[in-house]
Amino acid sequence: MTSGVDLGRPQAQTVGSDEDVVRVRQMVRTVAVAVRLSLVDQTKVVTAASELARNTLVYGGGGTVEVTAIDNGRRPGIRIVFADSGPGIADLELALTDGYTTGGGLGLGLSGARRLVDEFDIQTAPGQGTRITITKWSR
Amino acid sequence: MALSADESGRLGELLTSRAEVVTQRWTEIIAGQLRGRLSQAELVRQVQELHRALVDALSKGAVDLTAEEATELRAVLAEFSRGQARQGFSATETATGVFALKEALLSVLGTDQDAAMLRDYVSFSALVDQMGLFTFETFVRTRESLIADQAEQLLELSTPVVKLWEGVVAVPLVGTLDSARAQVVMERLLQTLVDTGSPYAIIDITGVPAVDTQVAQHILKTVVAARLMGADCIISGIRPQIAQTIVALGIEFGDIATKASLADALRHVLRLTGVETSRRQSRREA
Amino acid sequence: MERVPILKIGDILLVSIQVDMSDQTAVALQEDLAERIVATGCHGVIIDITALDIVDSFVGRMLSTIASISRVLDAETVVVGMRPAVAITLVELGLSLNGIRTALNVERGMELIAIDRADDHDDPDDDPVPEPTASP
Repeated sequence: MTSGVDLGRPQAQTVGSDEDVVRVRQMVRTVAVAVRLSLVDQTKVVTAASELARNTLVYGGGGTVEVTAIDNGRRPGIRIVFADSGPGIADLELALTDGYTTGGGLGLGLSGARRLVDEFDIQTAPGQGTRITITKWSR
Repeated sequence: MALSADESGRLGELLTSRAEVVTQRWTEIIAGQLRGRLSQAELVRQVQELHRALVDALSKGAVDLTAEEATELRAVLAEFSRGQARQGFSATETATGVFALKEALLSVLGTDQDAAMLRDYVSFSALVDQMGLFTFETFVRTRESLIADQAEQLLELSTPVVKLWEGVVAVPLVGTLDSARAQVVMERLLQTLVDTGSPYAIIDITGVPAVDTQVAQHILKTVVAARLMGADCIISGIRPQIAQTIVALGIEFGDIATKASLADALRHVLRLTGVETSRRQSRREA
Repeated sequence: MERVPILKIGDILLVSIQVDMSDQTAVALQEDLAERIVATGCHGVIIDITALDIVDSFVGRMLSTIASISRVLDAETVVVGMRPAVAITLVELGLSLNGIRTALNVERGMELIAIDRADDHDDPDDDPVPEPTASP
């Protein structure tokens, strides 16, 4: 590991502006490189993080992102948690449909990000905020 | 089961004072099962090194193999098993090489079997078992990495991306395409497009006996990705059975150009480029 | 906020994106380009994304919007230099960048625009005319 990322200790970033989304991307990339994701997988997980961090900002009214290098005993991976205390999502199934949007985007953020990672978990309820956890394993 | 500090000290002394007998017997036992596949000199060197590392660990007070004092011993054992794995010895042969130490030790314990001696021997046996298991594990890991390396080399060899013409590259796919291989091939194809600046790629699947949904999806995604990059793909050599599979699976090839043979595909591309230079022809319509 | 520079080379505006753009920077680029197309009267725009290690849906949408705006202003846009990993990711994301023309590198992009301009009148209905898109 040349990047000096401490495996196992999460790195956190608050998301309150556009520039923070850029910082999240850079943070995710550093960890993705450290856990030796292939170039394509790095690109996928950074793209997913970019979509979800933007959601946290736009729909969640800002929040936090935590990036952790993990290991399941057989292979290393990266886990990212996006948390906000915004309005939450009422109809999750609808929100995960391609092309559905309330924010004037392309409606690919949630559904697209889910396709780019290995594990995708979302916990949300109206008024309860949203917490999304994604994981990508090294091959 | 760990050795007590006393036991470890006593064994260290015994192994030192009777070093010659122990290593000789140890070497004999291993030589017996290797039947000349390793030179005597090499074998003696290995056994002496193991012996030295073991005595060293015991004299420092190591009580089991995971101890801090046994770091050097673990390194020597790991080196030993890696060597065995690379030279094609079996896992059993490798581990018995270590277990042979028990028998060698028994020969110097001799006949004066008092109870203390017996206890020492049992504790020491446990250490040797640990050493054997450690060897075994390193052996397996070495083999696994060797296999992974070979698989990668095979993948590299089996998926050449060749330049057919100025601006035209081709991948002749031969053999079964699993999802992992399809992915590697496609990534290499796209990278080659960039490296050579070729706007056309021909994916020839004449040598592919069957495709499943996943592989077909990989090929389709590659074609779409190539388009995003500004290059066009032509698929050639689709066998009748594969055509049937594609239709049966309901996979939509859409507007992707398909040709019967690699030659047809190349002719198609050359015609396109020829037309393109003289008269305008949108690549998208091809 | 950083701004992406726009270079004029002959009849073509060249935009080489070298930074990890924030959304604001992307929107600013969109506005700057529209102004420069009108100010210079250029008929071609080349957006070089060789240096971009990701393109997410926001940047994808920006590229589409730029292409649409420039088409309304009678300029052809070509996006060049997309990396393989980026293209693979976009396909997985489900972003098809409809209406955007692409080329492997700047040189090929310029060829594409030159061919287009050479016989523009041949078939003006090459691409469907998009809805005018307002800048957000």
